[in-house]
Amino acid sequence: VICFCSPKVCIVGSGPAGFYTAQHLIKVWTVDIYERLPVPFGLVRFGVAPDHPEVKNVINTFTQTAKHSRCSFYGNVNVGKNVSITELQQAYHAVVLSYGAEGNRSMGVPGEDLAGVYSAKDFVGWYNGLPSCRELSPDLSCETAVILGQGNVALDVARILLSPIDILKKTDITQPALEALAESQVRRVLIVGRRGPIQIACTIKELREMVNLPDTRPDMVAADFDAVKEALKDLPRPRKRLTELMLKTALEVPGEKEQERRSKASRTWGFRFFRSPVEVLAEPSHSRIAGIRLAINKLEGSGEGAHAVLTGEVEDVSCGLVVSSIGYKSLPIDPSVPFDSRKAIIPNTMGRVKQAAGLYCSGWLKTGPTGVIATTMNNSFDTARSLVEDMDSGTLDVSAAKPGSQSISALLEKRGVKPVTFSDWEKIDNVEMKKGESSGKPREKLLTVEEMLVFALLYNVIEHLKSVFEEIK
Amino acid sequence: SNYVICFKLYLKPVNLAVQHLGSSVPVNQTKVTVNFINRDGEKITVKGSPGDSLLDVVINEDLDFDGFGACEGTLACSTCHLIFDEEMYKKLGPITDEEMDMLDLAYGLTDTSRLGCQICLTKSLEGMVARVPESVADIRQTKDGSS
Repeated sequence: VICFCSPKVCIVGSGPAGFYTAQHLIKVWTVDIYERLPVPFGLVRFGVAPDHPEVKNVINTFTQTAKHSRCSFYGNVNVGKNVSITELQQAYHAVVLSYGAEGNRSMGVPGEDLAGVYSAKDFVGWYNGLPSCRELSPDLSCETAVILGQGNVALDVARILLSPIDILKKTDITQPALEALAESQVRRVLIVGRRGPIQIACTIKELREMVNLPDTRPDMVAADFDAVKEALKDLPRPRKRLTELMLKTALEVPGEKEQERRSKASRTWGFRFFRSPVEVLAEPSHSRIAGIRLAINKLEGSGEGAHAVLTGEVEDVSCGLVVSSIGYKSLPIDPSVPFDSRKAIIPNTMGRVKQAAGLYCSGWLKTGPTGVIATTMNNSFDTARSLVEDMDSGTLDVSAAKPGSQSISALLEKRGVKPVTFSDWEKIDNVEMKKGESSGKPREKLLTVEEMLVFALLYNVIEHLKSVFEEIK
Repeated sequence: SNYVICFKLYLKPVNLAVQHLGSSVPVNQTKVTVNFINRDGEKITVKGSPGDSLLDVVINEDLDFDGFGACEGTLACSTCHLIFDEEMYKKLGPITDEEMDMLDLAYGLTDTSRLGCQICLTKSLEGMVARVPESVADIRQTKDGSS
């Protein structure tokens, strides 16, 4: 007996989780990927820093997957609003939720809502052209910026704030962000963490980039590094190398050349350890921030498991910009889908959503918002394997034919929603690359959903009109 | 000379035949044999040209290692992580800081690990064995995330 229809799965979200899950399933399944924005690729487009173009090379793999005969991309479709999860479950044999983490953890301190305080998620979204962050207009007229959190996102923000404009102007950073940064008065960035140097969450590549950032010099507190040297010998190699680089940057007396380079530098950056935010302080008019109050901690325990304990002392730091980089957070999409609001993930076992047959999840939504693209890749392959296992074992019934995108497309049309196909995205892609050419950038991103839709959907109309006019001539 | 012209005419169709048959016909003596042990423990033997990186070989030979080489050899990930035996590891030459920075993030890192995109084939590596480790997960995780 030959099965004429391959089982049908739909994936909600077109970032790395969505695409890597698709890549694995496409071997057997028909895969439809739904994405809220007209453009695919999620955080690869909107999260990865503009000066890290190599990290975005995965887009080539994703493009291959999208163009596979069994894969279809449907952009501009808001799952939860334009179509429900229940409707998707009726149309497909399985539904995989891979929509990531669009919220952020709040600091939970007074003054957090003052002008001048931003989440790293929004700041990064702003310089990367995420439509919802277009109006952020961060005020960069102050001298000192304080970043809470010491992960790679925090370091990305610091680096973008302090990079020479000559470097940034050759990247795909948005034009408004580039102009704002060109006018920026920010000269000093402090990257603040609750614990000590040995617990820092960033990785060595990002630290090295800060150390080597042109026209900047490091500004650390030597006392923060007491007891770190002795702990070195017991550390595993990755942690040891990272800590050694930090120690060198903080404590070593630089050679003549480096000394000269540092003395000429116009910008400084530094880590501040053992500090937690307790209040954002306002100016007398209460309209803007004047600084941030930090509690001083001490460490209990050691290594990865050490935790910060309040000492009762506090310290005020004057600053005009606070960026909170303490983690992204997933949000529930649909009341019919189980959601663990404490952990902010969908409760699951190996990607199988608990108490919801035929529903799966992958990426940050499954394990929490940490890890790089390659971590998500593995996570997504695991979910795909669970799906395949369930199909093989009969747990997932794929015997009955399902309508798949046919019925969903009909529903969307009735509701006045026009999906953007992958070849429509390629038109947006071409427009962006063309726009970037004249300014020496890899692309000039379109900044609004409306513009994206115009280019995607009206492109064909315009081309048709052009050929009609050619004929008339 | 006539002899040289004949020799070239002879080589051309044979080389085309080699391309057609794949690398199993050992006509070109400068090819280097590489053995990969995949995640299922199976040995896969292929050939590469001197100067090719191990990532190039995996791509050229269409080897199906899930997720291998995500950043396309630009030292922006650790998914081309390979493990060698001690003898072979010593022959592989020096490792740069940039490679070690990314290698440090590889899952299942060992003392004889390297990134495949940075290892270039030479004749002295003939017959090398490279094991593709269990998982390609990068261990970069921000510790101040939830769970």
